[in-house]
Amino acid sequence: MSDLTFTLKHRPDQRVDMSPLVCQKLANMEPAEIAALTLQNGKSKSRVDELFSITGSDAQNMVIKNSFGKLDFIGRGLDGGSIKIEGDAGAYLGLGMKSGAIIVSGNVEIFAGCEMKNGYLEIAGNAGDFLGAALPGNKMGMKGGTILVRSNAGERAGDHMRRGNILIEGNAGDYCGSRMTAGTIAVMGQTGRYLGFAMRRGTLLLWNQPVLSASFNDCGAHTLSFLPILFSSFKKLNSRFAEASAVFNRVQRYAGDMSEMGRGEVLVKITQTGF
Amino acid sequence: MIINGVAIDATFAEAFPMKATRAIITAQNEKWAMISAQTMTGFATSVIACGCEAGIEGALASSETPDGRPGVSVMIFAMGGKGLAKQLETRAGQCVLTSPTSALFSGIDGGTRIPLGKNLRYFGDGFQVAKLIDGKRYWRIPVMDGEFLTEATTGQVDAVGGGNFLVLAQSQPQALTACEAAIEAMRKIPNVIMPFPGGIVRSGSKVGSKYKALNASTNDAFCPTLKGMSKTELSADIESVMEIVIDGLTKEDIDKAMRVGIQAVCDLGAENGIKRISAGNYGGKLGPFHFHLQEIMA
Repeated sequence: MSDLTFTLKHRPDQRVDMSPLVCQKLANMEPAEIAALTLQNGKSKSRVDELFSITGSDAQNMVIKNSFGKLDFIGRGLDGGSIKIEGDAGAYLGLGMKSGAIIVSGNVEIFAGCEMKNGYLEIAGNAGDFLGAALPGNKMGMKGGTILVRSNAGERAGDHMRRGNILIEGNAGDYCGSRMTAGTIAVMGQTGRYLGFAMRRGTLLLWNQPVLSASFNDCGAHTLSFLPILFSSFKKLNSRFAEASAVFNRVQRYAGDMSEMGRGEVLVKITQTGF
Repeated sequence: MIINGVAIDATFAEAFPMKATRAIITAQNEKWAMISAQTMTGFATSVIACGCEAGIEGALASSETPDGRPGVSVMIFAMGGKGLAKQLETRAGQCVLTSPTSALFSGIDGGTRIPLGKNLRYFGDGFQVAKLIDGKRYWRIPVMDGEFLTEATTGQVDAVGGGNFLVLAQSQPQALTACEAAIEAMRKIPNVIMPFPGGIVRSGSKVGSKYKALNASTNDAFCPTLKGMSKTELSADIESVMEIVIDGLTKEDIDKAMRVGIQAVCDLGAENGIKRISAGNYGGKLGPFHFHLQEIMA
């Protein structure tokens, strides 16, 4: 069985809600039934085969070709299977996904991995604001799984994050880890202003010294034994995080945000070895 | 059956179902991992009075441990799951949490999950941090030497306890030398521990006592000083008997350990004063696992 492939025929002017095209919903459907599904396209509805040419039949392995930044809600609530996106993806990519994998070759818009519960989301390009965050008004963002961004992430990455890992190979925008309840965000590049704003618990693991608010307190330099275990869990990823040269266990620890609960931590890599 | 001049009795060891768990202790170096492991498995020779039977399964190289530091694998056996969980937690809290540079990890992935560091975390007084890595929950507990890292749970599995054999020798030094050789060989077998001091017990017991308060007492049939006044199992030329007790995850593990242990004793042979190999049992009525010596050595 070949991968179920949706190739975009033309770029619609309006945004398209792709949430009906998710592995578990298409699992027992005939090709004609899939073609007849309707997608919200701006204010109107369009049949799937109006927008996409469809080939293949393995709904557990979906591919979306010629994708671009107006295809929203791809992989919404994904519960097993994989979706490979060739091109960019719109907003709310993998919203509330429960398991499975989504791999994007391009950039993604806002709220990628928002409120995701488990699974794996890999973004080769840049991610928009509110990566792994909670929907506006909600209190709980990402609750599990791993998001890997191989380039930069926008503002508010991990806002209200509860559990899981967000790994950013590039830079993160302002308010990274804001209002975090727990979980881990690792950033290899630079971080913006207001890092960890109002974070309660959780770990921000950084390769470069950030500009920290006055409400983060320096707890000194430490060798932490959980870090090698954390890094070994990244070994299977297609990422710089998997490289042996990425591994370290010596960090400067800052506790915060003291204006909130203050049980969170910012760990910054120390290059010189410890005692 | 006679091996190298040593008679193998046509008898069997009788063993019981137990619950077991394993934990991996790591530290800055093997010396400190071993100190922690020895402390954790101390006073754990017999369930009769210790609440559990525990021992060191073996040392682990850095490449074999979760955090890449030298480690030691320890196993704990108890008659029931509740008792096992209590013993594990108490020992982890008093002997590993307190030990410099230590970290503590699960040694059994499957089985029923029982708390390892799950409740020790409260020692952190609110400063403890949880990390869920690859589906496993770890607790980072701030302590005075840095951070104590422990996995939240470990696995409890069904196991077998009380496998044994007796070494009957012409003299006490010869019995001890033979048992030491057996223990050295048996320590290379995985999934088993020999919980008594140095792996050897010199005070084997029988069920019951003339004193009502005691449910076990000296195995007079194998006491050489009672040869003339008790229903003895010893011939005139036997002056000392020592026993090796084995707990293992499966019957096959104990089989294997008994085989290499008895073989090591027999390799010393009659010329080194080893006369017989026997085993302790209760007539086959109490324990469902029977280890027939001659079958094991066939």
